[in-house]
Amino acid sequence: MSAPQWNNKVVKWVDDRLPVISMLHHSAYEYPTPKNLSYMWNFGSLAGFVLVTMILTGIFLVMNYTPHTDMAFESVERIMRDVNYGWLIRYIHMNGASMFFIVVFIHIFRGLYYGSYKAPREMLWWIGILILLAMMATAFMGYVLPWGQMSFWGATVITNLFSAFPIIGDPLVTWLWGGFSVDNPTLNRFFSLHYLMPFVILGLVVLHVWALHTVRSNNPTGVEIKTPADAIPFHPYYTIKDLYGMGVFLIFFSVFVFFAPDFLGHPDNYIPANPLVTPPHIVPEWYFLPFYAILRSIDFTIFGIPAKLLGVLAMFASIVILFVIPWLDTSKVRSSKFRPVYKWFFWLFVIDTFILGYCGAKAPDDYFLGIPGLKVIVMGQLSTLYYFAHFLVVMPLVGKMERTKPLPASISESVLKEGANA
Amino acid sequence: MRKFALTAIAAAFAVTAFTGGAAKAAGDQPVPEAQDWSWQGLFGTYDRAQLQRGFQVYKNICAGCHSLRFIAFRNLEGIGFNEDQIKAIAAEYDIEDGPNDDGDMFTRPGVGSDYFPSPFPNEKAAAASNSGAIPPDLSLMTKARVGGPDYVFGLLTGYEEEAPEGFDLADGKYYNHYFPGHQISMAPPLYDEAVEYTDGTPMTLEQHARDISAFLNWTAQPELEARKALGMKVILFLLVLTAMLYAVKRKIWRDVEH
Repeated sequence: MSAPQWNNKVVKWVDDRLPVISMLHHSAYEYPTPKNLSYMWNFGSLAGFVLVTMILTGIFLVMNYTPHTDMAFESVERIMRDVNYGWLIRYIHMNGASMFFIVVFIHIFRGLYYGSYKAPREMLWWIGILILLAMMATAFMGYVLPWGQMSFWGATVITNLFSAFPIIGDPLVTWLWGGFSVDNPTLNRFFSLHYLMPFVILGLVVLHVWALHTVRSNNPTGVEIKTPADAIPFHPYYTIKDLYGMGVFLIFFSVFVFFAPDFLGHPDNYIPANPLVTPPHIVPEWYFLPFYAILRSIDFTIFGIPAKLLGVLAMFASIVILFVIPWLDTSKVRSSKFRPVYKWFFWLFVIDTFILGYCGAKAPDDYFLGIPGLKVIVMGQLSTLYYFAHFLVVMPLVGKMERTKPLPASISESVLKEGANA
Repeated sequence: MRKFALTAIAAAFAVTAFTGGAAKAAGDQPVPEAQDWSWQGLFGTYDRAQLQRGFQVYKNICAGCHSLRFIAFRNLEGIGFNEDQIKAIAAEYDIEDGPNDDGDMFTRPGVGSDYFPSPFPNEKAAAASNSGAIPPDLSLMTKARVGGPDYVFGLLTGYEEEAPEGFDLADGKYYNHYFPGHQISMAPPLYDEAVEYTDGTPMTLEQHARDISAFLNWTAQPELEARKALGMKVILFLLVLTAMLYAVKRKIWRDVEH
């Protein structure tokens, strides 16, 4: 498509010197988007919206927050009680973290279901995983800032994980803490990094969108755009669809912020941090529970490698493994819509992550769903095994052995066919 | 559209399942019975008279050992006291201030901007006067315990005169049905007619417990009424906006086969 001509003199003057308007035109009007995207494709722009919300509310919180062990808890209460609409800003930020993970988890599961990680979208997928990792680090450090009991003990437990590494472990932890326990220097650096990381995420998001605009959106059929009839311009079609989705999402978000603001949090974090009193159960935020379950499920040594180190490695591996799935998945077909066998394994995998989350929330010696004889730790171990088996066994084997359904010749054809069936 | 709504519901459900698990994992003690509170539901508000009675209970009983350090006298406007009443309440307290121009600390009557003074000068003093246990600050109590106000009410009404048979109760401890581990250092603080109500409300232990629990829910969430009122407006606005966006979306997509 040719470069657009601008009639408005001001627009033309600006665009001749810095082609921002051409760029916007190029990425909104000229950018061809598959016309069959479902509402599952709303979650990318939603994630971007939540990121901006988090950065904005975060900036206002920082204006009133004091990163010192003696004053952090109090300054948060000051925000809640004395700052105009401080409670609103903080509740949006607090619940926004959960919303961010809900949206991003759905976004990732959508990518897994429709094979959005397959060639040529590997780089797009990788940047997405980097965003997830950066989000996890940011969320963890943010949770420490109010300096409640869970802040302190969560920080202690998680930073202590690094002591599992041989030789460098202990010096590494001391270095992370800036001392010999989680204390004021730790709080200060977490605050600094918690402010920095969102901008790193923002940079990664720019790369993510750049890669997206290079390889174009995947779609429910997994068949690439072949003719102009398969595509529509992003604007106005997907801008309005995203805006509508945003409205639905904001209602969901508001229910938590205004009517159940502490539902997703832990009561212990309203008790000021006390290094001398350990809470009976140290539980991470809900979005870390599946990973926490994987960490805890390794309670045995292999080849003399201590269980703690294996647990840490397994936890990191559970995310790092996502980097190689473009090659672990041997199927030539992207979308699970046309993969009758894999489709079931996908849903099994989703259930598996929920079971892991449940196990992460429970004490290891509890009974799974109250079933006598079935300990949470055992269920966690089985689910961890299945988690990795999904990627290492199911993906390569099913891809090779499955007989897939015939793919539509094009997006338009599939749209017409579905229209006829409806 | 339907798919999207289903997804949203599924997400909410998932979150509930996770956190429900987390909350349950946090306590092995019996779950306190859910009470009816005036502020529950979409339109529930605090009962000012109840909060004032609860304040009376705090002032006459709890304040002997428990601080309320996030609450200033001026905040009592939130439970229905006017400026003169607040001035009078504040003036009953001696507040340490200073140093003055001679470099000395001095005591003066409280004013609205002062915070409730703590009963003990520091944690060590608090522990020393309470056989080693530090009475916790009450400002955030209902947010800091699983079960919130139900737990506080359950705890205050959950004392047993005698520990059940076979239970090894330590010296100086009291048996409480809802306290984790059942051994609590706080002696039963409430009893019938512990506080003199002037509005004709029955002065039973249970009523005192109910009123102080309500008051402590207010100290933990003074913004509750403003929050819910704004929430109603926000959600109504969003419903209308979203419906309009949906209509526009349908109009724009009308001619596209998709």
